[in-house]
Amino acid sequence: MANGILATDPNRVSFYEYEGKHKGILSWLLSTDHKRIGLLYLISLLAFFAVGVTLGFLMRLEMISPGPTIMAPNTYNSVFTLHGVIMVFLFILPGLPAIFGNFFLPIQIGARDVAFPRINLLSWYLYLIGGVLAIVSLFTGGGIMDTGWTFYVPYSIRTTSNISLSVFAAFVLGFSSILTAVNFITTAHRMRAPGMTFFRMPLFVWALYSTAWIQLLATPILGITLLLIIAERMLGVGIFDPNLGGDPILYQHMFWIYSHPAVYIMAIPAFGVVSEIIPTFSKKNIFGYTPVAISSLAIAFVGYLVWGHHMFSSGISDISRLIFSLLTFLVAIPTGVKVFNWVATMYKGSITVKTPMLFVLFFIVIFSIGGLTGLVLGAINTDIHVTDTYFVVGHFHYVMFGSMGILLFAGLHYWFPKMFGRMYHEKMAQVSAWIFFVGFNLLYFPMFIMGYLGMPRRYYDYLPEFTTYHVIATVGSWIMITGMIIMFANLIRSLYTGAKATENPWGGTTLEWKIPSPPPLENFREIPVITEGPYEHHFNKEENT
Amino acid sequence: MSNDSTDVTIAKSESHSHVHRDDAGSKMGMWLFLFTEVLLFGGMFLAYATYRFMYPQDFVNAALRLDPILGAVNTVILLTSSLSVVLSITALQKNKKNLSLVYLSITMLLALTFLVIKYFEWSHKFELGIYPKGPALESFAQGGKLFFGLYYLMTGLHGLHVVIGMTFIGFMMYFISKNKQTAHNHQRTENAGLYWHLVDLIWIFLFPLFYLVH
Amino acid sequence: MKDTTRDTKALERELEEELHSTGYGTYILVWLGLIGLTAITVTVAGLNLGSFALIAALIIATVKSALVVNYFMHIKFDTPIFKIFVTICIIVVLTIFIITFFDYLYREPLI
Repeated sequence: MANGILATDPNRVSFYEYEGKHKGILSWLLSTDHKRIGLLYLISLLAFFAVGVTLGFLMRLEMISPGPTIMAPNTYNSVFTLHGVIMVFLFILPGLPAIFGNFFLPIQIGARDVAFPRINLLSWYLYLIGGVLAIVSLFTGGGIMDTGWTFYVPYSIRTTSNISLSVFAAFVLGFSSILTAVNFITTAHRMRAPGMTFFRMPLFVWALYSTAWIQLLATPILGITLLLIIAERMLGVGIFDPNLGGDPILYQHMFWIYSHPAVYIMAIPAFGVVSEIIPTFSKKNIFGYTPVAISSLAIAFVGYLVWGHHMFSSGISDISRLIFSLLTFLVAIPTGVKVFNWVATMYKGSITVKTPMLFVLFFIVIFSIGGLTGLVLGAINTDIHVTDTYFVVGHFHYVMFGSMGILLFAGLHYWFPKMFGRMYHEKMAQVSAWIFFVGFNLLYFPMFIMGYLGMPRRYYDYLPEFTTYHVIATVGSWIMITGMIIMFANLIRSLYTGAKATENPWGGTTLEWKIPSPPPLENFREIPVITEGPYEHHFNKEENT
Repeated sequence: MSNDSTDVTIAKSESHSHVHRDDAGSKMGMWLFLFTEVLLFGGMFLAYATYRFMYPQDFVNAALRLDPILGAVNTVILLTSSLSVVLSITALQKNKKNLSLVYLSITMLLALTFLVIKYFEWSHKFELGIYPKGPALESFAQGGKLFFGLYYLMTGLHGLHVVIGMTFIGFMMYFISKNKQTAHNHQRTENAGLYWHLVDLIWIFLFPLFYLVH
Repeated sequence: MKDTTRDTKALERELEEELHSTGYGTYILVWLGLIGLTAITVTVAGLNLGSFALIAALIIATVKSALVVNYFMHIKFDTPIFKIFVTICIIVVLTIFIITFFDYLYREPLI
C-alpha cells in the first residue's frame, strides 16, 4: 500500500495530474502512459480529420455545377487524392485502435499499461512523422500527388508529381501501425489480469486483437509494394512497369492484399465498439458472447482473402474472379452473426437511447445500406456495371465514414466521461447527431443513383443531367459539416464546463467503469481478479475503490 | 509508465507488473515483428513467383549471369554465422561471458564477409552494364530485366537487413560486455539472435531462387 | 498471487531451457545438416531435372528453414502459442500465393 497522499502518488490522482519526470508539454510528448498516448492520437487524428473534411467540402463545392467552379482540373485531382490519403491513412485506419485501443485495451483486461510502453510512444511518433512527410510532399518535388489514394501503376510511376515522398509517408504510417499491432497482441496474451481468460475479455478487446493480427500480417505487403514503387521511380528498376515486362495487375494484387483487409482493420474495432455500447444501454448481457468474439477472428481471416473483388474489371482470370466473389459473400456470415446478436441483445432489454446508443442505431441503418450496396459490388456482373462510378464512392463512404466514422463518434461519446472526467450536454449531442445523420444521407445517397446512371468517379466535369444530384449532395455536405461542428463544439465546451462524471455514468460492466473518471496513472490500485464474463449486469454497484 | 518507473513512489507501491521482467512477452513481441519481415519479403517473393511463371525461359537465361559458387559460399557463411549466434547464447547461459563475446564477434566477421562478397558481386555486374537502365540490361529480354530488378531489390533489401542485424548484435556485444545481458537476463540477446536467424532464413530461399535457376 | 505463479512458471521455463541449451552438440549437428543440404541443393541444380528442379530446390529450402526455425530459433522447445503463431504466419503466406496464382494460372493469353 502506498502511504501518504503525494502529488506523485500514481494511485491517488488522475493520470492528468500525476507529475512524472517531465513537466508541461514534455510530460505528454515523452509520456509512455497508454492513456496519454491515446489522447495524443485523438488530438492528432482529429486534426487530420479536420483537414480531410475541409478538402471534401471543397470537392463538393467544386462539383455543385458542371464545368470549373472554384478550382482547376489538376487541383481537383490533387484534392481528391489528398482527401483520400488523409482520411484513409491518417484518420480512419489508425482511428479506433490508436485512440480507444490505446486508452482502453489495458484497462479492459485489467493491466497497468501495454506490453511495450516505449514502443507505443514510438509508434505515435512514427504516425506523426508519416503525417508530416505527407504534408511536406505537398509542397516539394513535382507537386501534389494526383494518383488517387490507390497509387495505381503505371501512372504512379510516370507522373511527375511528388509520389515517392507521399508513398514513403504511407510506408512510415504502416510501420507505426505494425508496432501498435505487435503491442496489442502481446498485451492481450501476456498482461491479462488473473482470472481474465480469453473468453472473459470484453468484445472490444477481441476486436482489437483480431484487428492487430490483420495489421501485422497485411501491412508489410503494402510496405513492400510502396517501396517497389519508389524503387521503380528513383532507380528505374523494372517491377510493375509494362514497358519493362512488368504486370500492372500484380501491383493491384499486392495493393489490395493489404488495402482490402485494411477495410477490416477499420471495421472490426468499430464492431467492437458496438458490442460494448449495446449491452450497456440495453442493460443486458450480450447475446451470444462467444460467437461474437469468434466472428471477429473469422472476419479477420476471411476478410484477408477477398482482395480480388476490387479487381473484377482489371483483367484477372475468370476463375479467380469467381473465387474472390464467393469469398466475398462468405464475409457476410460472420458479419451477420454479429448483427443478429446485437439485435438479440437489445430484444427485451431495458434500452436507453443516450447519444452513444443513438449513434449505434444510426450505424445499423447506414451500415445496412453500405453492406447491401456492397453486395452489388461484390457480385461480378453488377459490379461491372457500376465499377468506377459514384456508386462505389457512395458505398465506400457509407461503410467507411457512415459506419466506422459514426462509431468513432459513438465511442467518443461513450468513453468521453471516462477519458476526461466530465459529462457533455446530452441534448446538444443528440441534436448534432441527428443533423449529422440527415446531412450524411443527403450527401451520399444521391451518389448511388448517380453512379447507377453512369456518373464516373474522380471526374472533374459532368453532364448537366447529373446537376440535381450533385447539388443535393453538396447541400448535404453543408448540413453534415454543421452537425459535426455542433458536435465537437459541444464536446470541447464540456471539457471545461461539463458536470463532473461519476465512475460509471452509463451503468457499464467492463473494467474501465470500475475505476475513477479520469483513471489514475496506474489504472488500478490493485489488479482486479476476474471471476465472470464482461457483461454481467448485477444492478448493484460494485465496490472497487 | 515504464520511463517513470524510476520514481520512488511507484517502486514502493504494491504493483509488481513493471518490476517484473516478462521474457516470454519480449520474445513474443520479437516473433510478431519477425512475421512482418516474413510478409515483407513474402511480397517480393510473390512478385518473383509471378514473373518467373510468366517468363520461365528469360529467368533461366538471366540467372546464368550469376555465379552459383559465390552464392553457395555466402550461404555457408550465413549458416555458420547463425550457428555462432546460438553458440554464443548457449555460452552466455552457461555464464561464459568471454566465450559468448567471441562467438558474437565471429558472427560479425562472417556477416562482414558476406557483405564484402555481395559488394564484389554487385560491382562486377555493374561493370558489365547489368544494372537498371544499364547498357547490357537494356538488351535483355523483358523477363531478364525483371529478374535483375528483383535480384537487386531482394538481395539489396536482404543486405540492408544484414546491416540492421549486425547493428543489433553489436549492441548486444556491448550489453554483454557491460554485464547488462547475463546468464539470467539474456532475452534481448536471444531476440537479436532470432532476428539474425530470420536474415539467414530469407537467404536460404533467395539462394536457390536466384543462383540455381535451370 | 499472480506474480508467484508467473515466477514459478518462469522458473520452470528457465529450467527447461537449461536442459535444451546444454548441448553445443545439437547445434553443430544441425549446422552440419544445413551445410549438407546446401551441398545437395547445388548438386541437384546441376542435374537436368527440368521443372522438377524448382520443386526440389524449394523442398530443400523448406527443410533447411524448418531446421533453422525449430533448432536455432528454438520453436521446437517453445510453448504451444509460439508454434501456433508460426503456423498462422506460414498459412497466411501460402494462402496469399495460392489465391494470387488462381489469377495467373488461369489467365487467358493477351492477344
